[in-house]
Amino acid sequence: MRRLRHVLDIASLERDDILRILDTAEAFFEVSRRPVRKVPTLRGKTVVNLFYEPSTRTRTSFEIAGKRLSADTVNMSVASSSVTKGESLYDTAKTLEAMHPDVVVVRHGASGAPHYLASELACGVINAGDGMHAHPSQALLDAFTIRRHKGRLSGLRIAICGDIAHSRVARSNCVLLRAFGNEVRVVGPRTLIPPRFGEAFDVRVFHALEPALEGADVIMCLRIQRERLGEPLLPSNREYSRTFGVGPQHLSIAAEDAIVMHPGPMNRGVEIDPRVADGPQSVVLDQVEAGVAVRMALLYLLAGDGGSSPEQEPR
Amino acid sequence: MSVVLLDADAVARTVRRMATEIVEATEGAQRAAIVGIRRGGVGLAARLARLIAESEGRPLPIGTVDIGLYRDDAATTLPDPKIGPSHVPFDPEGKDVVLVDDVLQTGRTVRAALDCLLDYGRPRRVWLAVLLDRGGRELPIAADFVGRQVEVGGDARVRVVVSSDGSGPDEAAVE
Repeated sequence: MRRLRHVLDIASLERDDILRILDTAEAFFEVSRRPVRKVPTLRGKTVVNLFYEPSTRTRTSFEIAGKRLSADTVNMSVASSSVTKGESLYDTAKTLEAMHPDVVVVRHGASGAPHYLASELACGVINAGDGMHAHPSQALLDAFTIRRHKGRLSGLRIAICGDIAHSRVARSNCVLLRAFGNEVRVVGPRTLIPPRFGEAFDVRVFHALEPALEGADVIMCLRIQRERLGEPLLPSNREYSRTFGVGPQHLSIAAEDAIVMHPGPMNRGVEIDPRVADGPQSVVLDQVEAGVAVRMALLYLLAGDGGSSPEQEPR
Repeated sequence: MSVVLLDADAVARTVRRMATEIVEATEGAQRAAIVGIRRGGVGLAARLARLIAESEGRPLPIGTVDIGLYRDDAATTLPDPKIGPSHVPFDPEGKDVVLVDDVLQTGRTVRAALDCLLDYGRPRRVWLAVLLDRGGRELPIAADFVGRQVEVGGDARVRVVVSSDGSGPDEAAVE
């Protein structure tokens, strides 16, 4: 089994890597439900969370994951500065290097920033979201959640709805879910799905909710990222909600046992109706719980010294 | 070449005797609970729990612990993907917990299993039961219930198979 050095995007992981991460996460899932929610596995290891973009849930999730493994977790929140990104990132990389971390978890507004850090640092790098490119840990926790609820990760019909254009979550999910042989449909207004997205990611593109949700086993809603919209690509929240908001009436179009997912934070009443978000088919909070387990698995698999596995367990 | 230490009949007799000893030591197993160490100890743990339940006429709480996350060499032998979930579906508080493994050698596994078990609660007492004690301790740990004491070289591979219900093929052998 090859050793994982970095987790930068889903495309650079093999199917076996993904399954190993998910299987390892299954073991960690239970740790968070114990009376003592901490294991000594990564004692003496240092994990640096380097966040160039505001993030509460992903950063907290990585922080809790590190702490439950007994790693020393340090958060560096870097306010976006006027310094050109190349320079500041280079300086940060060198500064980090001198502190000898074992894993650096990085979120950055520029696509490719984690790849650059990975090339500069001796330690493992996990991409916690870079620009519009990739968010691998989110796609992995989504896969973990789907597998737990559906009992499998292939042959499913999955609809990803909303702002595809600005979504690294959508891109990472498309790559992962297609690699496991699922039918993936993306649906959103023409302004929010890039041209030739369907060909690039081998998915089906829809511009209306109803046909896209027909028979879907999984409905994935995406947040409308208004802060990313440089120009008005949407007439109004209300208009968007009426055309592309997932409401109770849509659940009857989808498969009877369909699950509804959302990476959060949710705009209730915009891309998802509160009755769906809080309904029995919603697995939004399961995704949050899975997030900690999956991130524990990533830290565990990356923070090792890379010795060979012993043939036999010590007695 | 493989030398059989215990054949299926010997395993059955030995496990029965261990079950009796456990009942005796824990005063009728009133507060007893069985916890197998993954993966070698799980079959033996289920078998012991079954025998004790039969003789005392009531079921025992049973659990498993996985030591993967508690190994003292976890950081140097990573990545070892073989981590399984621990499962202790009862509160160990106030219980006489019998920790069960197939083979005892260095004691490091038991040390890790103790740490894991104690994260679930504070047992009244923890006992240790092993089918084979092959010597070679590296930590001050001793078993309370031992199936068979054997002297084998430190490099020898010991193979133990104990089914949870006695359906076989049970055996302990040195390879």
